[in-house]
Amino acid sequence: MSARSIAADVASGARTAVSVLDEHLARVAARESELNAFNLVTEDTARAQAEAVDAAVAAGTTVGPLAGVPLALKDNMCTRGIPTTCSSRILEGWRPPYDATVVSRLADAGAVFVGKTNLDEFAMGSSTENSAFGPTRNPLDTGRVPGGSSGGSAAAVAADFASLAIGSDTGGSIRQPAAFCGIVGMKPTYGAVSRYGLIAFGSSLDQFGPFAKNVADAAALFDTIAGHDPLDSTSIADYTPNAVDHLDRGVEGLRVGVVRELAGGEGSVEGLSPDVLASTSEAIDALTAAGAHVEEVSVPSATLGLSAYYIVAPAEASSNLARYDGVRYGLRVDAATTGEMNTATRTAGFGAEVKRRIMLGTYALSAGYYDAFYGKALKVRTMMLRDFASVYENFDVLLTPTAPTTAFPFGERSADPMTMYVNDVCTIPSNLTGHPGISVPFGVGDDGLPVGVQVLAPALQDGLTFQVGAVLEAAANAGGAS
Amino acid sequence: MSERITRDEVTHVARLARLDLSDSEIDEFAHQLSDILDHAADIEALDVGDIEPTSHPLPMVNVFRADERRPSLDRDEVLAVAPAEQDGQFRVPPVLGEEQ
Amino acid sequence: MTGAAEKGAAEKMVHEPTLPDEWELVVGLEVHVELATQTKLFCGCANEFSTEPNTNVCPTCLGLPGSLPVMNAKAVEFAMTLGRALGCEVHPSVMARKNYFYPDMAKDFQTTQYDQPTNVDGQLVLADGAVVGIERAHIEEDAGKTTHVGGGGRINDATFSLVDYNRAGVPLVEVVSRPDIRTVEHAKAYVSELRDILLATEVSDAKMEEGSMRVDANVSVRPMGSDELRTRCELKNINSVRSLGRAIEYEARRHIDLYTNGEAPRQETRHWDEEGGRSTRGRSKEDADDYRYFQEPDLVPLAPSAEDVAAIDAAMPVLPAARRARLGELSTVSADVLSTVVERGQDTLALDAIGAGADADKVLTRLQNDVAVDDWSNLTPSALAALVTLETSGDLTATQAKQVLADLIESGGDPAAIAADRGFEAMESNELEDLVDQLIADNPDEWARFTSGDDGDRKKMQGFFTGQIMKATKGQADGRAIAQLLVAKSS
Repeated sequence: MSARSIAADVASGARTAVSVLDEHLARVAARESELNAFNLVTEDTARAQAEAVDAAVAAGTTVGPLAGVPLALKDNMCTRGIPTTCSSRILEGWRPPYDATVVSRLADAGAVFVGKTNLDEFAMGSSTENSAFGPTRNPLDTGRVPGGSSGGSAAAVAADFASLAIGSDTGGSIRQPAAFCGIVGMKPTYGAVSRYGLIAFGSSLDQFGPFAKNVADAAALFDTIAGHDPLDSTSIADYTPNAVDHLDRGVEGLRVGVVRELAGGEGSVEGLSPDVLASTSEAIDALTAAGAHVEEVSVPSATLGLSAYYIVAPAEASSNLARYDGVRYGLRVDAATTGEMNTATRTAGFGAEVKRRIMLGTYALSAGYYDAFYGKALKVRTMMLRDFASVYENFDVLLTPTAPTTAFPFGERSADPMTMYVNDVCTIPSNLTGHPGISVPFGVGDDGLPVGVQVLAPALQDGLTFQVGAVLEAAANAGGAS
Repeated sequence: MSERITRDEVTHVARLARLDLSDSEIDEFAHQLSDILDHAADIEALDVGDIEPTSHPLPMVNVFRADERRPSLDRDEVLAVAPAEQDGQFRVPPVLGEEQ
Repeated sequence: MTGAAEKGAAEKMVHEPTLPDEWELVVGLEVHVELATQTKLFCGCANEFSTEPNTNVCPTCLGLPGSLPVMNAKAVEFAMTLGRALGCEVHPSVMARKNYFYPDMAKDFQTTQYDQPTNVDGQLVLADGAVVGIERAHIEEDAGKTTHVGGGGRINDATFSLVDYNRAGVPLVEVVSRPDIRTVEHAKAYVSELRDILLATEVSDAKMEEGSMRVDANVSVRPMGSDELRTRCELKNINSVRSLGRAIEYEARRHIDLYTNGEAPRQETRHWDEEGGRSTRGRSKEDADDYRYFQEPDLVPLAPSAEDVAAIDAAMPVLPAARRARLGELSTVSADVLSTVVERGQDTLALDAIGAGADADKVLTRLQNDVAVDDWSNLTPSALAALVTLETSGDLTATQAKQVLADLIESGGDPAAIAADRGFEAMESNELEDLVDQLIADNPDEWARFTSGDDGDRKKMQGFFTGQIMKATKGQADGRAIAQLLVAKSS
């Protein structure tokens, strides 16, 4: 049952929001202890919201576009009075005194908040194994990771704990878990969705985005959350989201470029597994069959993305995470002086991956190293923007696999950070450039687990990603993907 | 093993970041950080001389708000989550060192 | 030489009198100014002093997880206004993060400007005409307040500290001068002039004692005649103009003593202890130095247009230096007199009186000496002009003029009428001389003490003779004329 049909049924009175919620909560009760998708199930809040929706429907008042739809929120979104932890000990139990703008918009739309989902601590990771509260398991195979950092949100949707979810994407943290869990996940144009209340990791990269079982639902969710926010200086003025309008436009005559450096072509990054590439190839066929002009295209600097990202993101993070010092909120480990207290608190409160990135970022910004690392990475960003800009003169959208492999087993990539980081090689470039991208399930790998393909579009062309995604989804459902 | 990042540098960076690392952690981080930065050798080798850095994916300028009051937070809600408070203020152990 | 060097060179001719001749004082001042906006720099919390801690706070100025800054348009306008008032060029600029840990900083970084500040390359012209270069004036946010409790009240004795974030996020402009200041008096004059500009433009209420203007002094010395820049120390915790003078003097001597003993000062930040009259070591700069500046990703660059700057220039009030210059062009009085008249806001009155034909020097000196009151609203320009003219034409003595002036200040009116009411007429000068001769003849002992006594005697006897004459003339005589006559007759 899609989110849109739930919304339609609730609005018409055919079903009550409370009964929809109860159904979802029953599934949570059945499998949550196995999957650990949530840091917190917010049943009381959800029930109050559902009851309010039903009361409004009964009274004949207009309800919001998502009224009664159960929705999960990644636990790096500020929810007033509700613990928001970023899956870190340092924020365990912290109740924000304010709501993220996106949270307010969703509440206004009538969504029902099922709970706060698990993530890699402070959104740093690609498997949700870095959570301080235990990993989330992939609903399709519990011996496998759900991807990360928004693993909890992806799992919640894949397991039907919620019909929709919000995640955040800094280097692929929505798209990759969507691919691993066989659902749709989308990263908006940077600035399309407000970051006010998004607990920052990489400020010039972070965006909230939608998870859903299908492209149309994701589009509806996108349209609800996107749009200018005066509380976010980096949010785009005059942005009117219209993803839903794009759903039926098809791809006739559309120019699709397959980025060879990210899709196993000449000069490609390594590690792209053959079954993933095979699915990508089938996706190309599907688009061609639907009338698109598909060609290989070169974006040379795309291969530099990983290196640039693993300098820019940690650098910003090292500064963003300085505020966790035990003074005003969160964990405090007492000591004789404030300085020692800061150190003791952070040492106890942060996990290894967070510490690693803080160290990396601090180093990259430190005296003597700024030019060689951070300064250079920002220039690589410029190069990438230019390369993509010139490619988009001749192509409308680009196609790549979402991730190099299907969901991997727990622990497989934990020994060496680099093996985990390469998960993001296909998604990272669009975080650096700020371009939108969507992951749509297309076929399965040799292990029977889902493969995701990624559609990228120029900045502000979020609608195009849904447009092409819808065609791919239709083809996959019609048996065009194996 | 000659690492790109030495133990001393790791210790120095940890201090800047207010992190306390054990001996084995220092070694581990020295190795891992060196490894990650080695992988960044591809951009290190690049000649990017004339290129301007981009801090922001989207070119925006001049975003302002009017000089108008908005409600502040209720102090009780603010201090309710404070690890320690006294007389309406956040209480911390003695602070050594000058403000900048 | 470049312009800046020329200005600096002009300073070389000036020597700080409290230092030995062979040493030259080199001072640069960093002044943090709180802007007079309604709200903070990045959020809508009130920019006002409150005795209740942590009541003017919100997610943004508390740096709560997920919070974001949005730039206050008025703060930027004030910053550019101050920059233009200081003759700076206004540039496109970006905000940057200065990263360090301190509990009064909610984010453990300060959002400030680093390598692309709003205002660069200006100058401040002091009352005596000396010019101090302004390197930059940039925008930044203030930190909260930490109070150290227990023990001796000093940081190192405290048993705990308390933090209040009401002040966190208040908009500041930091004005950084070039190291062009060569005397303590100039340092004080710099602060005073800057304050006048801030008040004239209404950018800040600039009260050092309340902390809305904070002065840090960078002090070094060098051999007179050299143009090297030696190690400097930054002095903090200077809370008044008087302290500024004491602190600079102390620190310069401390450096000189070190050099004289074959040592050298360390580059460091030092704390000025006003009670103890000395500076003490603060934290060594090494540890604190790596701020890892990078462009603030949560804000976008500022790009003022030529129209924006033109609008600021068009709205600029006449600044103190220009007001002094206006009067200076018309008169020959000293810089002190001009300063005082302008500071009090009496320059328009003076200009109007001068415009009505009164003697400029006399107008200004009368204002400086005799209108040191809070309210002179009863004194009109035409009345002032008429009064001054009565004096300069000899119709009134100086003493009489002062009395009429006092009446005008008290209750307004027409000077000639007031003089007539009081029965004032000028004395003929030979009438006065006759009187003096008579008194000398009548009081030979006193006269002998006046002519041959020491300074104390002369003063006393002058008072005696003047008093006698005043008695005889019922206060009509001109005191200065008496003094001149006494001197003339004693030689």
